Amino acid sequence: MTSTTVSPAPATLPAGLAPARRPHAWRRTTVSVLKHIGLVALSCLMIYPLIWLVVASLRPNEMIFDNLGLAFTNLTPENYVQGWDAQRYPFTRYLLNSGVLVLGAVLGNLISCSLAAYAFARLRFPGRTLYFTVMLGTIMLPVHVVLVPQYVIFSQLDWINTPLPLIVPKFLATDAFFVFLMVQFIRGLPKELHEAARIDGAGHLRIFAQIVLPLMVPALATTAIFTFIWTWSDFFGPLLYLTREENWPVSIALRGFLDSSSSSNYGGMFAMSVVSLLPLFIAFLLGQKYLVKGIATTGIK
Amino acid sequence: MSSIGELRAVARQSGSARREKGLPFRKRFPDAVQGYLFLAPWLVGLVAFTVGPMIVSFYLSLTDYHLLRNARTAPAFIGLENYTRMFEDPRLLKSLEVTVVYVVTSVPLQLALALAVALLLDKGMRGLPLYRSVFYLPSLFGGSVAVAILWRQVFGQTGLVNQLLALFGIEGPGWISHPDTALSTIVILHVWTFGSPMVIFLAGLRQIPGDLYEAAQMDGASPVRRFRSITVPLLTPILFFNLVLQTIFAFQSFTQAFIVSGGTGGPVDSTLFYSLYLYQTGFTKFQMGYASAMAWFLLVVIGLVTAVNFWLSKYWVFYED
Repeated sequence: MTSTTVSPAPATLPAGLAPARRPHAWRRTTVSVLKHIGLVALSCLMIYPLIWLVVASLRPNEMIFDNLGLAFTNLTPENYVQGWDAQRYPFTRYLLNSGVLVLGAVLGNLISCSLAAYAFARLRFPGRTLYFTVMLGTIMLPVHVVLVPQYVIFSQLDWINTPLPLIVPKFLATDAFFVFLMVQFIRGLPKELHEAARIDGAGHLRIFAQIVLPLMVPALATTAIFTFIWTWSDFFGPLLYLTREENWPVSIALRGFLDSSSSSNYGGMFAMSVVSLLPLFIAFLLGQKYLVKGIATTGIK
Repeated sequence: MSSIGELRAVARQSGSARREKGLPFRKRFPDAVQGYLFLAPWLVGLVAFTVGPMIVSFYLSLTDYHLLRNARTAPAFIGLENYTRMFEDPRLLKSLEVTVVYVVTSVPLQLALALAVALLLDKGMRGLPLYRSVFYLPSLFGGSVAVAILWRQVFGQTGLVNQLLALFGIEGPGWISHPDTALSTIVILHVWTFGSPMVIFLAGLRQIPGDLYEAAQMDGASPVRRFRSITVPLLTPILFFNLVLQTIFAFQSFTQAFIVSGGTGGPVDSTLFYSLYLYQTGFTKFQMGYASAMAWFLLVVIGLVTAVNFWLSKYWVFYED
């Protein structure tokens, strides 16, 4: 295989002197143009359903399925007005419920994961390697194996239909992904700072709070954004623990449109779907840099 | 380094720790107390929400535990009955089949598309940040209920796909409501979210040192050759890492199948994902002993598949050390 590759480099040319490029220039341009055409086509295909969703949410209910084009005629905000109050509580309520979950989860992950990450990255204590391995293992553990006992625990604590089952575990660093992300980040910080502070007699709590935390703001931002996105979209957790309508987050409230007798209320359903995606989109716009970095360094979704 | 590379490193390093054994405890572990203090929240979480529940759920998997019936009484121990019952449960076998089909189609397709697009998006290509954002957007929304709802419309009887087919005079089926096609719509939904592995591949491509290519070019290697002998081998660890994690996650898929099928796994159980059936068993029928056994069986299946992945990796994954 290796010797039969079609190498265009003729033996007569000295190494490093590539053959003249000019005859190939037009070919390069063509390839590049074709590539862009392909990529633009793929982009349109990918984005089309989302744009259609937005346009459809602005059409009168009886016209939604009229055409697959994006005719910008007859647009009306009526679906938003009507969808907002289509369920037992106004949509504001569900947005607020989701907001509480997000706030608790973000705060919990930031505090607990950074503490654990500092210990793993900078402190030397017995059992560290073992715990670290266990921590990595929990990233890959399917949640189902702990689901039933967790449910029993929370129901015995009377926490069903409160946000606590979805928030308290975050304060105990159960999202090992972020611990790992932060460990990686702290390991990349210059060790000299740490040692200098040690020599000056600073304790670990002080080094953590005054040196490491301010330096790891990018990792904290990545954690916050991902926690936000995952908590906002989470469906399974609320499905288990938040069954009363007054506690529903946005994800469950949207499903309400499918369940309820008003199943032909496509307009309201689409409009509220757009509303539910909007915070994610804003988070994406604001935190794109951290999102891309976070995915790239740890491979989280 | 990825979490999987990290696990390999841990396995390698365990030898060096042994060499330090001669030192006194204080020298070896100068931060013994503080270490545990910093780790305390994680440790409590580990015991209370992971290790403890794992032990309990294993015990429950050996019992006939019904959440409502056993509110006051202890669950009855029935040995391995839940496990033997699984092999006679046609719905469980069906759900296993659906999930395996989903995993072996959606994961490779998604990764292949992600890799192909990442390779197209050259370093420093014009418009790269824009393309990256556009391709990533579906991943951002992919896990949400809103997109699953949208999918029901896109692939519905009068949905976008059929309207498009109608332009060519083809009358499409109701993709969601037909048992032969319902699962493939969820596979397509997963492939649609190829943006996040693509971003990982892009980062991996950027990490390949440029002088490798220069040296190869000096030696007269053609672009094809350079791609085959530099790009591909250096990307395999990242591809492997994605394959392992995406496979593990795909086995646990829930939301999309739940919304698309309206919580039933229908039509005719064609989208009855394993975790959806587990949810129905444990939390609508409240047969929590059986559900626990199902969960442990899932863990074993995922563990075996991951082990096979690791075993196969030595045939195709390139490691520098």
